[in-house]
Amino acid sequence: MNFDDTPQEAAFRAEARAWISANGPRHLLPHLEKAGFGGIELDGLDPMQEAKAWQKKKYEAGWACLHWPKAYGGRGATPIERVIWGQEEGPYGALSGTFIIGHGMCGPTVMDWADEETKTKRLPPLASGEEIWCQLFSEPAGGSDLAGLRTKAEKDGDDWVINGQKIWTSGAHYSQYGIVITRTDPDAPKHKGLTMFYLRMDTPGVRIVPIKQANGQSGFNEVYFDNVRLPDSQRLGAVNDGWKVSLTTLMNERLSIGSGMSAGFPDIFEFCKELELSDGSLAINDRGVRAKLADWACRQSGLKYTGMRAISALSRGETPGPENSIGKLVAGSSLQEIAMFALDLQGQAGVIADPKLAAMGAKFQAQLMRSPATRVEGGTDEILRNIIGERVLGLPEDMRADKGLPFNKIPTA
Amino acid sequence: MDFEFSAEQLQLRNEARRYLADKCPTTVPRAVLEGAGSYDKALWAGLAEMGFLGAAIPEEYGGLGLGYLELCVIAEELGRAIAPVPVSSSIFLVAEILKAAGSEAQKKAWLPRLASGEVIGTLAAIEGMGGGRPSTLKTQVSGGLLTGDKSPVLDGDIANLAVVLARHAPGRDEAGLSLYLVDLYGPGIERTVLETIDPSRSQASLSFKGAKAERIGAEGEGWRLYEAALDRAAILTGFEQIGGADRALEMARDYALQRFAFGRAIGSFQAIKHMLADMYVSATLARSNGYFGAYALSTGSADLGEAAATVRVSATKAFQHCAKNNIQVHGGMGFTWAMDCHLFYRRSNLLALTLGGQNEWEDKLIDRLRAKNAA
Repeated sequence: MNFDDTPQEAAFRAEARAWISANGPRHLLPHLEKAGFGGIELDGLDPMQEAKAWQKKKYEAGWACLHWPKAYGGRGATPIERVIWGQEEGPYGALSGTFIIGHGMCGPTVMDWADEETKTKRLPPLASGEEIWCQLFSEPAGGSDLAGLRTKAEKDGDDWVINGQKIWTSGAHYSQYGIVITRTDPDAPKHKGLTMFYLRMDTPGVRIVPIKQANGQSGFNEVYFDNVRLPDSQRLGAVNDGWKVSLTTLMNERLSIGSGMSAGFPDIFEFCKELELSDGSLAINDRGVRAKLADWACRQSGLKYTGMRAISALSRGETPGPENSIGKLVAGSSLQEIAMFALDLQGQAGVIADPKLAAMGAKFQAQLMRSPATRVEGGTDEILRNIIGERVLGLPEDMRADKGLPFNKIPTA
Repeated sequence: MDFEFSAEQLQLRNEARRYLADKCPTTVPRAVLEGAGSYDKALWAGLAEMGFLGAAIPEEYGGLGLGYLELCVIAEELGRAIAPVPVSSSIFLVAEILKAAGSEAQKKAWLPRLASGEVIGTLAAIEGMGGGRPSTLKTQVSGGLLTGDKSPVLDGDIANLAVVLARHAPGRDEAGLSLYLVDLYGPGIERTVLETIDPSRSQASLSFKGAKAERIGAEGEGWRLYEAALDRAAILTGFEQIGGADRALEMARDYALQRFAFGRAIGSFQAIKHMLADMYVSATLARSNGYFGAYALSTGSADLGEAAATVRVSATKAFQHCAKNNIQVHGGMGFTWAMDCHLFYRRSNLLALTLGGQNEWEDKLIDRLRAKNAA
């Protein structure tokens, strides 16, 4: 048990710190430091351009995709070095949000399943931020029940022709590439008839329609496939082996826990230190407020150290398992509870969502409206509890009416 | 950076687990609960013989001279086994206070006998309901003689040695408080066994009527030493709670696998599965916070106060959560005397109070985070 850097780690930290200090986009710091929940606002500057510029700079100096092999544009760094980098990058890390899906999930999937030529061509521009990737998995009929997806790919000569619809695709509207999971054998049980491909998002027949979300923003999209033709060379993994390929993606999602999710404690703590209650006392001195703050503080540090334990396990050569599902499960509820509590402390003025008028630039109001999505995206709270129950605790699977049935015999309504 | 116990420490944990599985199945705490004594003497002697009691006591004072990380893994196993022995009083509190503040003579006199289990120590600080604050503490030492009442005192009926928080000067402030060593077999002491929520760990009220008291630590340092001792004990007790939470979760999981209703194992129903998943989440957060605490304790880190309060709040919540839902998963059977669920439920609620309730520790946590933030 040692929470301090080894001499090697300290040297890495010093090198990272010096480079960031010399090269970080300092002019963005004031905006990034108050970056709210669900996106960054750079006061007139284009967040995408700034994000790409920072990524490119990191790439050129060898600080992009630290965990990837050097040959594909990474650094071949250790898991602990990734953590150290995350700590040193600090607020600049908020600029990486655009790349998380590509770097954390699509890239590793391509790395595991594509041929050498594809990897050499596609991975470096992904690492450098020049090309952005999205993940086309969920469908109207395949959310929590992902393997129930219906988008079909049919062989036509040497090509595949894809028809169907994806939904909840983050960043499809600004991505150049995507990985897409399709049904190739409707006569097989649902997990056994799937195949994975990658494609350019401007391939003819792909139509992207942004979804207006409940909070008014549009980060997700519907993506329609109308006779989209792909060469067989864009297949990832064997035909009908797509479920196995998708598990690589999902396991890498767990590996990208690096910095871990925040449960939102620092914001509410800062807020309560300054806020006066109706009786003139500071919120932080109130017994009821303290009980809640203490609970959130423990969740925040508990997640932080759970993440660190996973990184340590990774360093020892162990594979992080489903136990890391707790991160988003805990963070999602905490963020929502904290937002509601912060508004409650503001009294009737808590309804005001104008950043110029509301406390802390309306951060908590934005968090109130974004946090329901956190509890759903990338595995709902309920799916995560199932994963913990079944794969960590060894409980029996839920009852499944479709078990073993050919996909096209599964009741749909 | 490495956020895991070393291979040797994990080996020690396994050794302690095997030992306790053999010597302290739940029939042992149950026997104490049902009145077979105030603690299990054979287990106490065995833990001493294995070196577990003296793990973090220096060799020159009869211990093994290992560190706090080793004591943490032993604490976890004692918690798993809900061992009915006075380790927290004697080792986590009294031996620690002796190590921190005792004179050479006091350490020589007591530490070897605490390590060998020959002497049982306890900390007597609280004076009835709400009576743990400097403003309400009345017990006083005058001319080397102690007068006043302390209640409840964990293991107070079996201890030979007490560290007593008392006034050397009348008043209500912290500066008037000092710590004293009192040989409980001397004259001027009355003990009354208390009826409590968890009789597998006995408690008593101690009435001092001119008992001989010897100061430990400097005069006026009592409150500071007491609070520092509570912090260290909170981390060690936190590991007991973490061990207890894990065991309660395992019991509930095992029952959910074995119990059938509506033609299926009840663990296949989401109502039960999700309850168990939430128990796992609590237990995991507590364990991860525990590692932070163990590290802070073992290095004497500046974050020790924050770490102690974090572990305490997190581990208390986890053990209570797991123990109460363990009964829920067991249904009606869980509420029978014959099932072990209530042993864990009792212990979780005892440990939630022994070093001060959740309220107090939440306050400490927020105060300490504020102080750190201001620094």
